[in-house]
Amino acid sequence: MRQILTPIVLVLLGAILWQAIPFSAPADISEIGRRFVEFGVADNRAANIVTSVIVNYRGLDTLGEVSVLFLSVTGAVFVLRRREGLTLAKPTPSSELVATGARLLFGPILLFGAYIFAHGHLTPGGGFQGGAIVASSVLLLLLADRDRALAHNALGWIESMSGFLYVVVGMVGIAIAGSFLSNKGILPLGLWNDLFSAGLIPIIYVLVGLKVGSELASLIDAMMHSGEPETEVGGTQA
Amino acid sequence: MIFVDALVCAAMIATAISAVFQRSLISAVIMVGFISLMVSYLFLRMDAPDVAMTEAAIAAGLTTVIFLIAIRRTEDKEIGDEEK
Repeated sequence: MRQILTPIVLVLLGAILWQAIPFSAPADISEIGRRFVEFGVADNRAANIVTSVIVNYRGLDTLGEVSVLFLSVTGAVFVLRRREGLTLAKPTPSSELVATGARLLFGPILLFGAYIFAHGHLTPGGGFQGGAIVASSVLLLLLADRDRALAHNALGWIESMSGFLYVVVGMVGIAIAGSFLSNKGILPLGLWNDLFSAGLIPIIYVLVGLKVGSELASLIDAMMHSGEPETEVGGTQA
Repeated sequence: MIFVDALVCAAMIATAISAVFQRSLISAVIMVGFISLMVSYLFLRMDAPDVAMTEAAIAAGLTTVIFLIAIRRTEDKEIGDEEK
């Protein structure tokens, strides 16, 4: 039964998708899309309109996205947390080549990630991309020194403070401009294509970058250092 | 350029099919990472550099690494031995 049903369902799904997706550039964009493209630069003075949409027009959705990432990382770290009574198998030290290369690349990659989220309103990329790159640099560091443990308290502080400040910035919007995460009249918009421009957008994107970076870094750390149940000392078979 | 795109799409489909039939989990994960990299190229071609960067940094980079760590943390067992 299953063998017959699976291909039929697959073919049906494929047919639906085939006629639903227009496989070419759309001839016309929607009304709201046109408004974003027309007024995006005038409203927010951000050179990258995508960032203007993500952080300003759809800022609440981004807050939700960040919360979803936070919840999933919390769940993963909770499952992977180091349990009492477990000892870690001594990790094999990484080779000289990996260790030296990783130590050399750690700084530039970390800086590159910070550059990406600090320039989110000017160039492609932003908080999520920059945060992921920052976490990759942390991963390199952990690959170079296998016993290195990250400062969990500091990571937790960075993570929760940036999430908290994101909401505070949104509240400031309510107080001054009358709507959550508003960008009107709070900070000067500055000149187009300037690093210090676009009002609150770069601040929010730096916060998002810090939050995503610290979350992904602690997830990687938890995965690399989680206890292995086989090496339990004096434990009872559960 | 459209020729290169078609080639990339064909390579993605071929890699996806061969990833399913890989006996080693590590090779399968690397192949999926390669597909993500190609997807990121296609996003770039469609003038969506923001999405391309996300795809390259998260799907091709971090997700692959997390899968690799998870495989190493558990056990890299070749599948298909038990049935025979």
